[in-house]
Formats: sequence, structure tokens, C-alpha cells
Amino acid sequence: MISLRQVSFSYSDTPVLHHIDLVVEKGEMVALLGPNGSGKTTLIKLLSGVLRPTAGEVHLDGSILSRLKRREVAQRVAVVPQQFNMPFAFTLREVVLLGRTPFHSLFSDGGQRDHRVVQQAIERIGIAALKERFFNELSGGERQKAILAMTLAQEPKILLLDEPTAHLDINHQVEILDLVKRLNREQGVTVIGAMHDLNMAALYFDRLLLLKEGRIFADGTPEKVLTAETIKEVFSASVQVTQHPLTKSPHVIIAPGEAPPE
Amino acid sequence: MFTRLKQNHRVLVLVILGAIILLCLLIVPAFGGEPISPLDIVKVALNKLGLTNFSLSPAWEARNHESILFQIRLPRVVAGALVGAALAAAGVLFQGLLRNPMADPYIIGTSAGAAFGATIAMMLPISVAFLSFGLVSIAAFFGALGAVLLVYNLARVGGKTPIVSMLLAGFAVSAMLTAILFFMVTLSGRPGLLQNVFSFLMGSISVSGWNQIIIVAPLIIGGIVAARFFAFRLNALSLGEEGAAYLGINVERDKLTILALGSLLTGAAVCISGLVGFVGLVVPHAVRLVLGPDHRLLLPAAALSGGAFLVIADLFARTMLYPREIPLGILTAIIGAPFFIYLLRRTRREYAF
Repeated sequence: MISLRQVSFSYSDTPVLHHIDLVVEKGEMVALLGPNGSGKTTLIKLLSGVLRPTAGEVHLDGSILSRLKRREVAQRVAVVPQQFNMPFAFTLREVVLLGRTPFHSLFSDGGQRDHRVVQQAIERIGIAALKERFFNELSGGERQKAILAMTLAQEPKILLLDEPTAHLDINHQVEILDLVKRLNREQGVTVIGAMHDLNMAALYFDRLLLLKEGRIFADGTPEKVLTAETIKEVFSASVQVTQHPLTKSPHVIIAPGEAPPE
Repeated sequence: MFTRLKQNHRVLVLVILGAIILLCLLIVPAFGGEPISPLDIVKVALNKLGLTNFSLSPAWEARNHESILFQIRLPRVVAGALVGAALAAAGVLFQGLLRNPMADPYIIGTSAGAAFGATIAMMLPISVAFLSFGLVSIAAFFGALGAVLLVYNLARVGGKTPIVSMLLAGFAVSAMLTAILFFMVTLSGRPGLLQNVFSFLMGSISVSGWNQIIIVAPLIIGGIVAARFFAFRLNALSLGEEGAAYLGINVERDKLTILALGSLLTGAAVCISGLVGFVGLVVPHAVRLVLGPDHRLLLPAAALSGGAFLVIADLFARTMLYPREIPLGILTAIIGAPFFIYLLRRTRREYAF
């Protein structure tokens, strides 16, 4: 379980999040939605512990996150960012191996178990054929899968995603989110993801959290959160909400604004 | 040659590199103004280990080879190996930490600080020695560490030390110290000062006997061993500071430790060799091209290669124009640059650093 109690955060003088209360239970799959600047990424960073709240506390399984060592947090919480920039020519397998870092120490920085876990992660993500390729020479989608495999090698209880599909083609978006959903269903990994695409969020996540100007505006099932009124209120965009023909989840259709005359 | 090695092959690579260094220690001291038979050196080494009791060639006794070997040649070769290993290891640390292909042991002010300290020491009318180190060496060592300390503190903002600020602060501090240094030299007019400063800047191995090595060797070997413990953290840091933090790295703390280790290694090298260039930049790149970027292998492999490389460069420096010595920095660049370009061209794929 991970929770925020009255968490506020400011970057120097710019307040980003205000008095957020949030509880995410084990095994939940939660999407963070909201316009750019609403605080999604900041919330992910607070949950990962790399940022500390200006006020309030983040609790991870009963302990205060900021009192845990970075290493202890990373043994439980893994993060898939939008993109990693890797200056060195590491192979995909070597990048996945980096996921074992939280389990390494000064006197033990690799062993047979690492190789087993890495191999399993690579197979689970279905990228075994690419494992000796150089990470930098992979496509964006392949890289993102490699990073997902890396976080899997971390054996996390909680997986945080920061717009993991932001720059990807639709096939890779679906593949990544399918994989994440399977991790959630089969292994009980708690997933919290900042998402860009409302419809993708509705398709894959059970609980949506809509942020507006650093506050939680709506919280609940996709049906409850994704209504034309809330979207108008949060995104200032006119939409219609219909039903996805296959899954019956809500589907947001953009109604073009008043188009300028031809 | 350019595919990745299996785990047991990695050990083999290090054993081979270690053997090469050992071979250098046995063969290189043979060359010089007074040639010593390499066979004699091997025999003496075995005799000293108590394994054998070979008799040596007549020249050994007659021409005083024993003291030439043990008091002049061998200390110099060992010092060269230590300096090369320290600079190459420091280069790996700085390139890995700063994620910058132009990074070398001197990038954040160590060289300018050392030269600044050394120049002041050269201008002082006093001459003291501490633990058999001359004032110039001591001043160079503390100048190097002082400059890094200054750069680190200048770059520090709100509990963090961003890499880019550190690089820029390092550049500015280096430029300033170098300018002051040459201003002092210009003003001083002390005869021979410019010559001394120049030879410090170009570098040359200068040890007298074993006294300095006894102090520098533990620093350098200890520094490299300590750095090896941070290899997996350097790997994680290649994902950037945020990525490393996600993997459980205490980024600010480890940055400081790696910086301190790299600077210590550089300072220790500089105080017995002056500013030998190129080794710390190119040896890490060359080894990375061949063995890959995993710091757990890269760091020890670069240290051993850097040691061997510098011993050979120093051999040329002292013998090519005998009895004149060529500044070591010239040799490292003249031997190293073509070899590096060859490696760079041989790897067909683009070198992603």
C-alpha cells in the first residue's frame, strides 16, 4: 500500500501540488490524468521518493518514504520514465541487468541469481531476440520494452509509469500496456501511471485520478471520471463521451472547437 | 574482438593485462644508456624470490647493474605503471560520472590547480622536503585537490551539485588559475622558471629511488580498489542522475565519493609525474571500445592498460633521444592518438561512447 497524506509540493517558489490525500491499495491499477502542468509527473516522482514533499508525508507499507534508504525504496518501487538517454554502448541485456542495482552492495555486485532474474524478465517481455543488440540502436518501442524489463528485474511491488507510451507508435503503446496489465493481473504488482491518452487510460486502468492545477478533481472508475462535464472542466475541451464498442469502457471523442472559416 | 565477453572471459582479460604489466616490469628496465641483459633481470627476479640461484653475466657485477636496476630503472618503471593506472582509472571515473566523452582526469580543475600549486612552489625561495617529496610535488597534490574542492562548492546549489554546473565551474576555475599562473611567471623573471613550468605541464616521471613510491603506491592502488567497489553504481549512473536514483542510488553522496576518488588518484599521479596528458582521456575510450562500457570490467582493465601504456611511452621518452629526455606528454599523444584513431575506425558501428 502506498499513500499520500496532505502532500504539497513546490519547485522553489512555484507550487505544484496542494494537500493531496490518496491511498492506493496493493494490486490496484491507477492512472493519473490531467493537462500538462497539472502535477502528474511530480506526483510520480513523489511516489518514487526522488522528490520529497514540501509538506505532508508519503507512506509506503506503513513506513514514511523519506525515512527509507533509496536502496530500500528501489527494492520495492520501480519507475518507467518517458525516456532514458544512455550515453554508453550498453547491450539490452546489460541495461536490464541495471535493474538489479538495488540488490547490489559494495562487496557483491553480481551473481548467478541476477542472470536468472534478468533472463526471466527479458523472456517475459518477449525481447529475447534483441538481448545482445545495443540499447541505443533499438527503436523507441523496443527501448521502452527494455526499460520495462529492467524494472521487472527490480522485482518491484509497485510499478510507477511516467507517460510510458508518450512517444510510441500505436502498436507499441498497446504492447507496453498489455504487458503492464499482465504484470498487474498475474503478479499483483500495483501500477500507478501518469497517462496522456484518456482512452488508453480508460481501456487499461481500473481507477482514474483526474488532476487539475495540483489538486485531485475526480477519482474513481473510468465511467465515473470520464464525463463530458469533468473533461470540459479540467481540460477546457469540448468532447463527447461514448462507449467503446468492444470493452464498453467510456470512449472520449473530441468535438472540434469552433473551426475558423475556410 | 568487438563482441561482448562471457563472465569467465572477463577474468581472463584481466589476467592477460596483468601479465602484460608484469612483462613490462621485467623487460622495460633492460633498456637505457647502460643496457642490462633482460635474461639477467629475469634471473635476478627469480633469485630474489628465493626460487633459484642463477649466476649472472659478468657485466652485472662489473658495471654496477644491480644498483642501476633497483635504484633507478625499476622505481621509474613502477612509477610509470602507477601513474598510468591512476590516470586511466580516474578517466573512467570522470567519464562515467560526468557522462561526457571529453572528460578526463583534469577536466574539473585538477590540472590547473596542480600547475598553480607547483608554480608557486617553484617561485618560493625555500626548499623543503616532506616524506621525501619536494615542495613542488606537495604543492601540486594539494593544488589539485584544492581546485576540485573549490569547483565542487562553486557548483553546489541547494544541496545538489548538477553535473553541468560542475563542468562549467571546472572550466572557469581552470581558466582563471592558468591565467594567474602565467601572469605570475611573466612577472617573476626568475631564470629557468618558465622552463620548469613547461616541463611540469608536459609531464615526466620523476622519482628518486623508492621513497616516494612507497607513499604514492598505496594511495593509487587503494584508490583503484575502492573505485572498483563503485563500478556498479557508475553503471547505474549512466542512466542519468534521475534514472540512477530510481535504481536506488544515493546520487549526491556517490557523486561526491567518485569525485573524491578520481581527484585523489589524479593528485597522487600528478605529484610524481606532472601533467601527463592523453592517458586519462584515451585509455578509457580505447578499452571501452574493445571491452564494452560495463564499469566492473572497464575500470580494472583500463587501470592495467593505462599502466602498461605509460611504461612503454616512458621507455620511448627516456631512450629515443638519449641522453636527452622527451617530455612524456608528447610521447603519450604521439603513440596514443594514432592507435586510438585506428580503434575508432576499426569498430564499424558508430561509437556511442
